[in-house]
Amino acid sequence: MDMKAPEKKLGIKERYRLLTRDLAWEPSYQSAKDIYPYLDYEGIRIHDWDKWEDPFRLTMDAYWKYQGEKERKFYAIIDAHAQNNGHLNITDARYLSALKIFLQAISPGEYAAHKGFARVGREFAGAGTQVACQMQALDELRHAQTQIHALSNYNKYYSGFHAFAETRDRIWYTSVARSFFDDAMSAGPFEFLIAIGFSFEYVLTNLLFVPFMSGAAYNGDMATVTFGFSAQSDEARHMTLGLECIKFMLEQDPGNLPIVQKWIDKWFWRGFRVLGLVSTMMDYMLPKRVMSWREAWEIYGVENGGALFRDLALYGIRPPKGWEDAGKAIDHMSHQFMLAFYQWRFGTAFHTWIPSDEDMDWLSAKYPTTFDRYYRPRWDYIRKAEAEGRPFKNFGLAKLCQCCQLPCVFTEPDDPSILCHRETVHRGETYHFCSDGCQAIFEDEPEKYVQAWLPMPQLFQAPLFGDLMAWMDWAHLKDGLDNGEYPASSDQQSFDRWRGLATSNT
Amino acid sequence: MSQVFIALQANEETRPIIEAIEADNPAARISREPAMVRIEAPGRLVIRRETIEENLGRDFDLQEIHINLITLSGHVDEDDETLTLHWDR
Repeated sequence: MDMKAPEKKLGIKERYRLLTRDLAWEPSYQSAKDIYPYLDYEGIRIHDWDKWEDPFRLTMDAYWKYQGEKERKFYAIIDAHAQNNGHLNITDARYLSALKIFLQAISPGEYAAHKGFARVGREFAGAGTQVACQMQALDELRHAQTQIHALSNYNKYYSGFHAFAETRDRIWYTSVARSFFDDAMSAGPFEFLIAIGFSFEYVLTNLLFVPFMSGAAYNGDMATVTFGFSAQSDEARHMTLGLECIKFMLEQDPGNLPIVQKWIDKWFWRGFRVLGLVSTMMDYMLPKRVMSWREAWEIYGVENGGALFRDLALYGIRPPKGWEDAGKAIDHMSHQFMLAFYQWRFGTAFHTWIPSDEDMDWLSAKYPTTFDRYYRPRWDYIRKAEAEGRPFKNFGLAKLCQCCQLPCVFTEPDDPSILCHRETVHRGETYHFCSDGCQAIFEDEPEKYVQAWLPMPQLFQAPLFGDLMAWMDWAHLKDGLDNGEYPASSDQQSFDRWRGLATSNT
Repeated sequence: MSQVFIALQANEETRPIIEAIEADNPAARISREPAMVRIEAPGRLVIRRETIEENLGRDFDLQEIHINLITLSGHVDEDDETLTLHWDR
């Protein structure tokens, strides 16, 4: 009789070696240079790709197993959300503005990250990096799909969710996220990894997916919590990949240090500008708030980012150039951005509103040195104008920053009463910037950013020639339905009516 | 000293994991937030398979933690027995 000998179970390190390193082989009839043409394009020198290790030692078979488990949990909650009228369990429909920004600006970024990782997975020479990038490419695709799928339930009942892909490409506040990813994807493979693995994953996603998703739970939206936490568990791996790659570049050759430092400076600032969107979502758009943007920044920016830079100091890396300016902006960015959204509310595919007394008291408690002094008076003025029948709207178009593409609405780091505005003349043309950080990035690679497609200047060119209503049609923005004030909007009316039906038997 | 942290979803599957982390890391500080639990510790945090298995009453593969993990900070070092987060070297 055959006795089957029990197979010896492989240890995690052995299994990882067999399922990654053994996938690599030495090319025989093509040169490595032809196979990996972009490896030395950026000046980064790598001497031994085998030195790179995935600290999680995740292999493809384990990856499918655990991702499959996460998907089952996710879809159980999405089904429950659809079955039990989950769209009525949220605190109120103002919350949807945050979700609309998420879907219009962030989810398409996930898809862009997927394309980028599929590319750099092919362009890196090490089997360890190739496997990790492949998993990350799949993760990012999954994030885009699960986010679109989860939010499609809201699209059945509310406006503003219907054309996020067009919105992403054509509206002014989404082009900040779009330009971030376009910039990353048109860079070399190592820079892409710093842009996404370091800046987006380490600096941005913790601030977006952790306190904001915890806030989604507080506001009764379990569908969003689930896609957010499910995505962020992948981000934990991605952050580890990003950090590992920075260390790898720095350990391989001392000549890599200045290149890596320059990218850290650049991508920290670019990421920080994208966070402007997140700061308004957290401070203004969650009807029930978990923590302020400032508190989230203290934990995930100062403490967490600070720990990262203290660690990288060992390699000679210093905190990013814009770090101090960022710290000074924290008390202002959400207020300045929300005021911008409010005054240009005819050009947004979501609703805005004047904060209530209760909201303003909360903001003044969270921002004791700035809110009552600089921002409460403005909201009071806007409210008074509204009550007197002359609602405050700005029909002038914002000047956009040539680098981050945000409207130039931010103030000088050391004086919140003066608008920050920088100019650079390049080949006879004047370019405008919102900050020293963005100006410095432009001046380092002007030929890249002069080509940027900016929504506001485009409005005056063919075929729109300044026709605002034609622009709305083109951006798939339905005037009076998707935009404008929340009070009396169709979203508010629908929510109140349906919620009334759901809690009564009439 | 720099803090490391790990955040897990607040659910039945993570309860025994969080208890194990608490038992193995006396310096760890636990904060419970809506839908999530954040655990931070000065410099180093060790998650042991054996303690989780004792709490859970079944075999546990440390990579199962990916299912309920939200985020972390610090260098990651993983083998069959422990998952360590650390800033000190």
